[in-house]
Amino acid sequence: MRTPFDLSWLFRRVWQRNFTVYRENWHVSFLPPLLEPLFYLLAFGFGLSALVGVIHYEGQAVPYLKFIAPALIAINIMNNAFFENTFASFVRMYYQKTFTAMMATPLSLEEIITGEIVWGATKSVIATAIMLAVISLFGLISYPSGLLLLPVAFLGGLAFGTIGMFFTGIVKNIELFNLPIFLFITPMFLFSGTFFPMNTLPEWAAWLALALPLTHLVKLCRYLGWGRYDMALLGEVLYFIIFLLIFFPLAMTVMRRRLLK
Amino acid sequence: MQTSIDAQHLKKTYGELVAVDDVSFQVRPGEGFGILGPNGAGKTSIIQMLYGLSPLTGGVLKVFGMDTRSNMRAIKARLGVCQQENSLDPDLTVRQNMEVFARYFDISLPVARERTQKLLRFMALDHRQDARAVDLSGGMMRRLVIARALINEPELLILDEPTTGLDPQSRHQVWERLEELRANGLAILLTTHYMDEASRLCDRVVIMDHGRILVEGEPAELIREHIGHNIIEVAEPTAELRERIREKQWRNEDLGHRIIIYVENDLQMFQEISRLCGMEGCSMRMATLEDVFLKLTGRDLRE
Repeated sequence: MRTPFDLSWLFRRVWQRNFTVYRENWHVSFLPPLLEPLFYLLAFGFGLSALVGVIHYEGQAVPYLKFIAPALIAINIMNNAFFENTFASFVRMYYQKTFTAMMATPLSLEEIITGEIVWGATKSVIATAIMLAVISLFGLISYPSGLLLLPVAFLGGLAFGTIGMFFTGIVKNIELFNLPIFLFITPMFLFSGTFFPMNTLPEWAAWLALALPLTHLVKLCRYLGWGRYDMALLGEVLYFIIFLLIFFPLAMTVMRRRLLK
Repeated sequence: MQTSIDAQHLKKTYGELVAVDDVSFQVRPGEGFGILGPNGAGKTSIIQMLYGLSPLTGGVLKVFGMDTRSNMRAIKARLGVCQQENSLDPDLTVRQNMEVFARYFDISLPVARERTQKLLRFMALDHRQDARAVDLSGGMMRRLVIARALINEPELLILDEPTTGLDPQSRHQVWERLEELRANGLAILLTTHYMDEASRLCDRVVIMDHGRILVEGEPAELIREHIGHNIIEVAEPTAELRERIREKQWRNEDLGHRIIIYVENDLQMFQEISRLCGMEGCSMRMATLEDVFLKLTGRDLRE
C-alpha cells in the first residue's frame, strides 16, 4: 500500500513553476499590495481617524492609524494566501490541468499540494514586504521587530493557504468559493479585532472570534509591528502550529480524494 | 526477457460502474502497443493506472518490473505521458514549458536546455519557442505536449488518443514523428479509436469494449483472422442478392440499406455480385482494422 504521506523536497519544483509564471505576470501581481494599503490609509487616516481619535488597546492608548496599520498587513496576509490557494489553484487544477500533468512526473500528489500551499504563503510574504515598505513611510511600524512580520506572513500564509486548499478540494465549481468568502473571510475581516478592539464585542462574539485564525494573526502583527515583545506571542505561534497540524492533513485528504480517479 | 508493462487481472470500478474488468496484457521493450476501443471502453482508465492517477481496484500492474503500488516515483521517472487533454502552462512560452517540466524530473538546467532545443527541432517547433503556449495552434500544442513528455528521455511513451481533434495535416505530422521515435527504438503504448493510427504505429493491439479485452494480436493477423482479405460493400442490396448470399453461404453483415460481404481474393465473386446490383452500387476494398473493430464492438453509437 501507499504510505499516507509521500513528501520530499521535490515539492520545491511546484513552487518554482508558480514562481516562473509569477515572474511573467509580476507587473500585475505587485500592484494590489502596493495600492490597497494606501487606499485604506487614505480612507481611515483622513476619514475615520479624526472621528475615532485614540483607541484603548490592552491598556495602551494608540492613535487609530497605528491601531489599524498592522491589522491591514494581517488581512493582506490572509487574502493573498487564501485567494492563491482557492481561485488560482482551482484554475490550475481544473482548467489548466496542471496537477494532472504533474502527476505523470516523479512528483507525488503530496508534493504538488505542498508546493501550492508554500507558494500561497510566499505570495503573502511578497505582499507583506511591499506593504510594509509603503506603511513604514508613514512611520506606523517599529523596527527591527517589524521585520519579523515577514516570517509571520509565511506562517499565517501557510495557515490560510491550507484552508483555501481545503475548500479547493471540496467545491464543485469556482463560483462556490463565494460561500467560504462570505461565511469565513468577510466575518474575519470585520470581527477579528481588525478595525476595533474585540472587547467592544458582546462576550459570546469575542469568544467566537478567538477561535478564528485572523484574530491571532492580527495580534501577532500588532505586537511585532509596534515592537512589543511578549511571551504571549509564543502562544500565538503555537496556535498556528496546531492549526496546521489539523488542517494540513485535512486539506491533503480532500485534495487526494478529488485528484485521484 | 523483462516486460515494459505487465498487467495481470486489472480491475477498476467507480462505485457501481466497472470501467476495467479483469484485463491482462504485456508490452515488450521497444514495442508499439495499441489499446483500441470505443468511448467508455476503459482505455483511459488503464492509462491513468499506469502513472498513478487512478489507484487499482484489483489486480497487479508492473511497469519495468516494478509494482505500481510501491514504486510509482521510480516508474514515473522512466515514463513519458501524453494525456488526452492539453495540460500546457498557457502563460509560459514554448521553451519555458519544456524547462519547467524538466524541473519536475530534477533535470539540471543546462541539460534541460540542450534537450529542449533538440526536441523542439525534432517536433518542428523551434521557430515558435518564444511564443506563448496559449497562442499555438491545436497541432502545435499536441506536438509540444509530446516533446514535453520526451524531456526525461523515457523508455516508454504513453499516448492517450494523441491525434484526436487534429486536422489531417497535423495528424500525419504527429504520426511521422512518432514513427521516427519508434524506429529509434522507443516503446509506445497508445490508445486510439482511429484504426489507421493503430495500423501505422502498433506492432500489436488489443481491442477492448465494456472494460474487457476482446482480442489481441498483430493488426494484419487480426484482419485475416476475423475478416479475411477483402470486403465488398453493397449499397441498397436487392432481394436477389440476399437470396444468392444465403444460397452460397457467404459471410456477411446485413445493415439493412447496406450489406458487407467478407471475401477472400475472389474476383469472380465480385463480378457476380456486381452483375446483380450494378457497378455503382458495390465496391470492393482491402479489409482494414476498422472492419475488425466494428465487427467486434458492434455499430451502436457510444454516447
